Amino acid sequence: MTLSAEESVADEGRHPIPVLPDAPVRREYRRRFDLLRAVSWLASASVVVLLVFILGEILTKAFPAVHRFGLGFVTGIQWSPNRDVFGVLPVILGTVESSLLALALALPLGLAIALFLSENFLPDSVRQAIRFVVELLAAIPSVVYGLWGIFVIIPLVQSLGGLLARHLGFIPLFEGPAYGNSLLTASLVLALMVLPTITAISRTALVAVPNSLREGAYALGATRWEAILGVIIPTAAPGIVASTILAFGRAMGETMAVAMLIGNSQRLSWSLLSPSNTLAALLANQFAEAEGIQINALMYAAILLVLLTLVVNMAGEAVLRRTQKATAGLA
Amino acid sequence: MASPENFFSNAGRQTSPLRLLRNRVLTFLCVSLSLLTLVPLFSIVVLVVKNGLSLVSPSLFTQLPPAPGLEGGGFGNALVGTVVMVGISLLLAIPLGILSAIYINEYAPASRLSGAVRVVAKLLTGIPSIICGVFAFAVVVLPTHQFSSLAGGVALSILILPTILLTGEQALLGVPKAFREASFGVGATHFQTIWRIVLPQALPAMMTGIMLAVGRAAGETAPVIFTALFSQNWISSVMQPSASLSVLIYNFASLPYAYHVKMAWAASLVLVTLVTVTNVLTQIVFRKKYS
Amino acid sequence: MTSEENQPSSRTLELTDDFVPGESNFIKVDDFKFYYGEKRVLHGITLEIPSRKVTAFIGPSGCGKSTLLRNFNRMNELIPGIRHEGDITIHGTSIFDPSVEIIALRRRIGMVFQKSNPFPMSIYENIVYPLRITGERNKALFDETVERCLRSAALWDEVKDRLHDSALGLSGGQMQRLCIARAVASRPEILLMDEPCSALDPIATAKVEELIMELKKDFTIVIVTHNMQQASRVSDLTAFFYLGNLIEMGDTRSIFTNPAKKQTEEYITGRFG
Repeated sequence: MTLSAEESVADEGRHPIPVLPDAPVRREYRRRFDLLRAVSWLASASVVVLLVFILGEILTKAFPAVHRFGLGFVTGIQWSPNRDVFGVLPVILGTVESSLLALALALPLGLAIALFLSENFLPDSVRQAIRFVVELLAAIPSVVYGLWGIFVIIPLVQSLGGLLARHLGFIPLFEGPAYGNSLLTASLVLALMVLPTITAISRTALVAVPNSLREGAYALGATRWEAILGVIIPTAAPGIVASTILAFGRAMGETMAVAMLIGNSQRLSWSLLSPSNTLAALLANQFAEAEGIQINALMYAAILLVLLTLVVNMAGEAVLRRTQKATAGLA
Repeated sequence: MASPENFFSNAGRQTSPLRLLRNRVLTFLCVSLSLLTLVPLFSIVVLVVKNGLSLVSPSLFTQLPPAPGLEGGGFGNALVGTVVMVGISLLLAIPLGILSAIYINEYAPASRLSGAVRVVAKLLTGIPSIICGVFAFAVVVLPTHQFSSLAGGVALSILILPTILLTGEQALLGVPKAFREASFGVGATHFQTIWRIVLPQALPAMMTGIMLAVGRAAGETAPVIFTALFSQNWISSVMQPSASLSVLIYNFASLPYAYHVKMAWAASLVLVTLVTVTNVLTQIVFRKKYS
Repeated sequence: MTSEENQPSSRTLELTDDFVPGESNFIKVDDFKFYYGEKRVLHGITLEIPSRKVTAFIGPSGCGKSTLLRNFNRMNELIPGIRHEGDITIHGTSIFDPSVEIIALRRRIGMVFQKSNPFPMSIYENIVYPLRITGERNKALFDETVERCLRSAALWDEVKDRLHDSALGLSGGQMQRLCIARAVASRPEILLMDEPCSALDPIATAKVEELIMELKKDFTIVIVTHNMQQASRVSDLTAFFYLGNLIEMGDTRSIFTNPAKKQTEEYITGRFG
């Protein structure tokens, strides 16, 4: 008998007349080999393997540097390829600092737009237009932001930064001399670039707040902003937090605009007005000319960047998932 | 204010003017902050169009860039380089992405592999684009000892794979279940159902996903900058370094030659037009489908 | 915010005591027409609602009963493109008079919705919300209000030990009674109820109905319901609406036993609707 157990069970289910043991199984009842299934399975498996491969490959290439510099790479404050000294602490700080500043600038703006888009301040047509504009902001290539930053933001920061340094220079954050290519310049442009992320996710969270809660607040005699600040934003808060975390992840990974504006200096400085660097910009600027152990060191830096963004993104996703569960309970 | 007899404005019931004022101020603040974002966007668009348009001519798209300090010529080689690299990336990412989308939505939506694919796609979306370049550098540039448009294409394919995969899944999800049931109901096989019923239905949405990916890949610079590098000449083989519009913008932006800077703006105009068109098209297609 | 300006508690109490129970034309609707854009959904309604009684609005879906109810506290104004003609007066004052503040109006008219809508905060915070938004910070007043409102909503004994737990952990019936408690926290004179039991099971419904009977001692209640038994059980007066017109209004017993109009009879006997 050539029937597999699975086939005979399936056939018995369908036919009241039992199939005779020696009768040939009719072709159409046999489970056919499905080429598409096999190929698509292979593709899916490759996608999973690909991620492992990407991480494995970068890890392998980073290994010589990991082995040689160890954790000193992370805590070191010197980066001089000619002397084979590699420390990325200033770059990590620059990454976090520029992203945090960008977030601080973008959050009020993004939240305002998200409210503007979710509440009925203005007619629907105006809201649609604003939404389209914000989506367009997300689509403009990073390198174009960089080009624009060179010709618009750098001159702006040069004049503004001089003023800040002169009057607030006693605060370490605004210590002079003020440069055009600086952390502040990069953060201003980054803020614009993460704005769509904050807006989109916050808007989703605000729209998910059931209308019955708005009506409930209004019916109790709340003004529009009492309803927004007291009921709507607290209800959407986890989503807004998630959007901020995810925007943080994006800001840390942004490369080109930052590489063109931040000044690419690995020197440790607290001032927003002096040049700095980020992990992504460091990779962009140095890979093409790197040789020997410097390549391994850059791979090591790439791993740090992946780790940082991965942790931040996973935290954001986790918050987002909890939000969706929480609002599902409300509706 | 109302007379004391007014039923709704008795003492203690009167809404404090402070509350109303605060309401006004916050509304004003919110609306003006929202409109404030129009300023930078307006500035970008105006500058890109104004500076870029001045250079647009047929030769811009057909000639090689001039030597530093000279004028004339165009970015024909960068345009071709971008097309070639985006082409390579599509060649690699479309089969992988669409087939995986078919598997995770049509064959085994609940399987462990499908779950893993979704997680991986999500993770890939979150990985900074420059990491795609680092990977291509490790697997193509280092072994071949050669910067090449192939390496650039590989980097871009990793970048767009999650876009294609996830929009592909959405496209398949958008096909009503009833169609599949009807097809199975008349005795079609799984393959026939997917091939004859599901895929044709999902195709327009899949195409928009691919279009989005093209717009994104063409504009991305980070993965290409140290994989394809740049070249002053026409592309001769995929194993040679190649120019691209995005790297051209990066390289020319900070040159001290006005003509080169103008070329960077013109290349920006091309890229911004491309992403705007693909985004608008996407919106149109999706709105048609779901309204 | 200055505290002198916001002392709703003591003064409103006096004010509530001024009311003459059973005032026969407490709410007056005078030839009221209402439009959504170009579409007229109420075709000139005229009726009077007495104070401290329960008045039920009944009628098939889309007859305009909810729309009229939502005009009493001007909730419809959240929808763009609406317009009205005619007038609604409460205690002799037109609610559309320019001197009437919509916020003050809504504080005097509590509303309970079809779907319970507790805010995602604690039970306690839900009830003190109407006080908080006026700038009130008096903890003792908060405590007193919470107990008073929960008692009047017959919820106190069930939740007094978990006042600071999330309101979303309550059962459906408890949530709706919490919303009633919240609605009475700003000491309104009028309670609007828009199908308050349609999402509740029979036991929870019975509890809310019991509560309504209790509340009418202190409040003028207008309830929209599609449940005829409910209207006959809880209301003193019943108004029957059909296609944006008021067909008939009168004493609930006479409406249900001896309706004047044929349409009313057909509806309450279940022949259409």
